[in-house]
Amino acid sequence: MLSEIGHMIRKEITLEWREKFAFNGVLLYLVSTVFVCYLSFARLIDVPTWNSLFWIIMLFAAINAVLKSFLQERDGRLLYYYTLLRPQSIINAKIVYNAVLMAALGMAGLLVFVSFMGNPIQNMPLFMLNMLLGVAGFSSVLSMVSAIASKARNNFTLMAVLSFPLVLPLLLVLIRVSAAAIGGAGLMEEIPNLFVIVLLTGITLVLSNILFPYIWKE
Amino acid sequence: MEFLKNSWWKIFGVIILLYVIAGGLLFEAPQLPVIRESVRNIYFHVGMWFSMMFILFMALFFSLLYLRYFRPDDDLKAVTAVKTGLVFGTLGLLTGMIWAHHTWGSFWVNDPKLNGAAVGMLTYLAYMVLRGSVDEQDKKARLAAVYNIFAFVLFFVFIMILPRLSQGSIHPGIEGNPALSTGDLDPRMRKVFFPAIAGWIIMAWWLFRVYFRILRLRKNIDELNEND
Repeated sequence: MLSEIGHMIRKEITLEWREKFAFNGVLLYLVSTVFVCYLSFARLIDVPTWNSLFWIIMLFAAINAVLKSFLQERDGRLLYYYTLLRPQSIINAKIVYNAVLMAALGMAGLLVFVSFMGNPIQNMPLFMLNMLLGVAGFSSVLSMVSAIASKARNNFTLMAVLSFPLVLPLLLVLIRVSAAAIGGAGLMEEIPNLFVIVLLTGITLVLSNILFPYIWKE
Repeated sequence: MEFLKNSWWKIFGVIILLYVIAGGLLFEAPQLPVIRESVRNIYFHVGMWFSMMFILFMALFFSLLYLRYFRPDDDLKAVTAVKTGLVFGTLGLLTGMIWAHHTWGSFWVNDPKLNGAAVGMLTYLAYMVLRGSVDEQDKKARLAAVYNIFAFVLFFVFIMILPRLSQGSIHPGIEGNPALSTGDLDPRMRKVFFPAIAGWIIMAWWLFRVYFRILRLRKNIDELNEND
């Protein structure tokens, strides 16, 4: 199982490296959105708005990044995986890979965002920890939704519509923790909220592993 | 006798609801500041949410059954349950909004309970959109069942955990089930409140059954037309 996941992840990274334009596209999307926000808001932006804006931009970039993760798999290739791998390996590999991709995206996004909109964050380690946990949660929900949406028509709309209500609980907790981190709260105060993020991610992971085989088999 | 044997629970439900409507409007209710007579809405608003949760649990159950045995009827039952649940959800939102307008001063306030309800409605509307975008019958059923299970669990966790985490909600019943815990409800109201819950759940079940028969007939007609 672990070696299957490892091979899948390596294949994803190789593919991503060969088709760099896809990742660059999402990156450019991120930079453009931040720039649009920078132009449309005044430079002095209050902290709650800064925070919500950051997470909304991250959410849309994440949806964009994950969208292609199942769409790019053509039917023939899926059939090939079917003969080689357990379905759980595929979904787990996708989740891990998307989490890594989104973490990179998140770091880049934070950098761009901070340089345009200013840096109000007082507790940077907590903010980072929150972001990494959040990215893992996003990845597990969005990978599964992407698998569902890839089987249906008009994928992008469907992907957004299906994932918003599922991501929202996570997003609310993330925004709350990151607001605390910006305000300079200590790690210990935010442990319960971080625990909720981990719990939501865990539940999503378990559900994905149980349910993915049903989506996959044609 | 045949009629009584099949429909005794429907008659029972109608009688209960007539009693609830009459009793809810006429019986003595505690006079609380701000809420005043609008406290009677509890018989209707809370009943809607209980029926919705009951019917959505059924949708979950039928989706699980579908993934176990792949019977088309189970899928049809799951959709029917979701649609019925949406009806009760909308009614719950409407009764809640009218109530909120009278007691809190606006139709919508930013509150974890209300937002949880809104997210739930969005989830099930998304479920309907998903069904609309797949053509093949069995694929549609499979994807919808998977999404239903996935969404229900996350939704349930959301409405159970989040309100407890946040510092305060102006919606009553923060520590669990609104109006069910013994200290919450005035004893004078219990003799209408508990029948109300039962009555609305019976009504939801009845609606579900009628709706299911309509949808099944419609599906059979479609299949006959295709075969011609």
